[in-house]
Amino acid sequence: MTAYAIRRVLQALVVMLVVGFVAFSLFQYVGDPVQLMLGQFATPADRLRLTHELGLDRPFYVQFYHFLVNAVHGQFGVSLRIGKPVSVLLAERLPATLELSVCAAIFALVVGIPAGVYTGLKPNSWLARTMLSLSLLGVSLPTFLIGILLILVFAVKLTWLPAFGRGTVVHVGGWTTGLLTKSGLVSLIMPTITLGLFQLTLIMRLVRSEMLEVLRTDYIKFARARGLTDRAINFGHALKNTLVPVITITGLQLGSIIAFSIITEQVFQWPGMGLLFIQAVSYVDIPVMAAYLCLVALVFVTINLIVDLLYYVVDPRLRVDRPGAAGH
Amino acid sequence: MRKAWGICMSVVLAAALAAAPGYAKTFRWASQGDVLSFDPYSQNESFNNTFNSYVYESLVQYDKKFDVVPQLAVKWEQISPTSWRFHLRPNVKFQEGEPFTADDVVFSVHRMLSKYSMMKSYLAGVTDAKKVDDLTVDIITGGPAPVLLRQLTDVRIMSKAWCEKHNVVEVQNYLGKQETYAVEHANGTGPYILKSREPDVKTVLTANPHWWGKMEGNVTEIVYTPIKSAATRTAALLSGEVDFVLDPPLQDLPKLLADPNVKVVQGEENRTIFIGMDQARPELLYSSVKGKNPFKDLRVRQALNMSVDREAIKRTLMRGMSIPTGELVTHQIYGYDQAANIIPPYNVAKAKELLKEAGYPNGFEVTLDCPNDRYINDALICQALASMWAKVGLTVKLNAMPKAQYFAKINKNDTSLYMLGWAVATFDAQDALLNLVHTRNGKGAGEYNDGGYSNAKMDSLIDAMQVEPDVKKRLGMIHEALMMHTTDVAHIMLHQQEIPWAMRKNIAVTHSADNRLRMWWVHVN
Repeated sequence: MTAYAIRRVLQALVVMLVVGFVAFSLFQYVGDPVQLMLGQFATPADRLRLTHELGLDRPFYVQFYHFLVNAVHGQFGVSLRIGKPVSVLLAERLPATLELSVCAAIFALVVGIPAGVYTGLKPNSWLARTMLSLSLLGVSLPTFLIGILLILVFAVKLTWLPAFGRGTVVHVGGWTTGLLTKSGLVSLIMPTITLGLFQLTLIMRLVRSEMLEVLRTDYIKFARARGLTDRAINFGHALKNTLVPVITITGLQLGSIIAFSIITEQVFQWPGMGLLFIQAVSYVDIPVMAAYLCLVALVFVTINLIVDLLYYVVDPRLRVDRPGAAGH
Repeated sequence: MRKAWGICMSVVLAAALAAAPGYAKTFRWASQGDVLSFDPYSQNESFNNTFNSYVYESLVQYDKKFDVVPQLAVKWEQISPTSWRFHLRPNVKFQEGEPFTADDVVFSVHRMLSKYSMMKSYLAGVTDAKKVDDLTVDIITGGPAPVLLRQLTDVRIMSKAWCEKHNVVEVQNYLGKQETYAVEHANGTGPYILKSREPDVKTVLTANPHWWGKMEGNVTEIVYTPIKSAATRTAALLSGEVDFVLDPPLQDLPKLLADPNVKVVQGEENRTIFIGMDQARPELLYSSVKGKNPFKDLRVRQALNMSVDREAIKRTLMRGMSIPTGELVTHQIYGYDQAANIIPPYNVAKAKELLKEAGYPNGFEVTLDCPNDRYINDALICQALASMWAKVGLTVKLNAMPKAQYFAKINKNDTSLYMLGWAVATFDAQDALLNLVHTRNGKGAGEYNDGGYSNAKMDSLIDAMQVEPDVKKRLGMIHEALMMHTTDVAHIMLHQQEIPWAMRKNIAVTHSADNRLRMWWVHVN
């Protein structure tokens, strides 16, 4: 177990290093923050000085090395755009992104699973057909389009919901939450739907096909032969057995919800980490971009690590330490 | 009990009614980017400078016609060719109570000239500031400085005592590990006080009750929200969640105009949009022509100039919101010369003729570099230019990219043909000539002369106007230089863009040519 775990952690570290390295090599091409900071009338001497001070005249691998050394000491530098430490900025934005991501995941599960069960049980009903064709839309429409359509209908035409922002937030310790105020909750609705819609359709289609599969198996037939109620069969036996892949997918997708909330956050001016990143890109705010990319890599790597370790718990074959066992 | 309640209510109502006229006018507005820092010298970005001007004031300011008028200085005189004396406004206090004196001006000038300041360019030519007495201060320049007063409109005054108290005597160093107090706190003499600040979420300012001036507008509370997505910005205005949008996307204007609750105010920006050509290299970097540089030939520049159909660009791309121009600076700028605003008639045949004479009967291939997120419809205009120049035989490859990459590239002169826009911050043509037309000398001249245009006569004219004390003679020099720029086709001038500001019907604003929203002129009705 220990050897397996250590191996996995080491692999995760290598992935993080590679991501950081690639990110830094790309920063050569993202432009020049000095231009934006000094404005159009700056003298060449001033520009050279600032470039040098920020270390932008050094080769990228030297910049990367300094980033690593500082990161090990817990220092990610100061945002060139808004002059605050990057770690503080990320910590401020984390609650907004996490709240939105978790709400989107819950929304996807709470709507997706029942819808999947229904379409699995009654594949030929008109409601199931409607849901299935709508789910096609959910998969194929780009996120920003869904967001803007929602804004047009619910914010501009009906004026039921706010078009942007997070509403009033409450500070609880170091955390900010919009879940405790009415305007915060109302503001959550459209971003949650926008971000969760893709996952919802994914889960619904997954549950549906698993249900169709499971309902054909022998033990369901035996259960019927035993005279169990439909409810007990469908939910107690069938659904339970469909959930294993659903949980795996949901876990893995949570990482991508967090990472890809960028677009949703931009459309709704949701003050999370994704918006911070987008603003950083347009200002060539390298310290923020570097820290964000590494953080996202960390989220993915951590989730994968947990999943890997869970496999170990679940799958007894992995516990036998034999050559080639890691190559699953 | 019920009666007592009734009296209570009517008292409250009466109080509310009494307070109603002119009170609590909240102005909610949005644009794409956020305020960067409230340390007024730590970033030099136009929007940030505008926002800081609500809190911090300068010695002098612009009026609605962009003439220099008093702000923290009540009057001034030139006491020698290299020094100006400013008499400060008495009885002014900073928002946290510190009295405003000459010490603050001296401190601010020194701070703005210090190592980590990003605003040094506004004090170009200034060497020192000296206190004469509590309300008199001298500003010393290295030589004659004809645009000093205009530069000073962006030199915001901070309190020396406040900076010392909060350990912000130094401007923030971005290599440091901490934010400084001044990033999210501000203490100026201005009409608005910074109330709260959440980056990328909301910035709130309230009227300063102890302000020395009398406000023309009636806004008592400013709520600013950056909204990055253009469609969301439009939606927020249509739904009434914001009162004003500084940068409505052009494609949404018809929708905004169709809404009975929204209006659009358009104004001419003091910015010209133009095309620069590499006129320095013996061979172009990005062209099919080898061994020589076609743009060194005046006939080629003239041919390209006359094959641009500026009216078509105005009609189709700009939806009427541009003013075709042939001159480097716009009519709002000091030194503008109607005579030099020559737009060559659109003439494909003659352009072909000129190209043939120059030795390019079949045209040539060249790459046009272009930003795609900086000016109104920038990449679309470049596309149109490519097809217009195709008609005279050129093959133009378009290379459009975001501004962050674009300016880093063309500033290194890594281009053969490029688009640039220039708004003259000081409203004096000398700035445009010095930055765009003077030969680059590494000492501040020709910084944006990315095509390397070089003309000894032009250089000596620009050098002379910088030190010419005689106003009339200096104006003559500016006119001569601008005319030379036009006849030499140093740049292919395209147009002056009009900037739309969108707002709810109940808002009245004064549109400014420098695209700055001056809050003290805003009315909420």
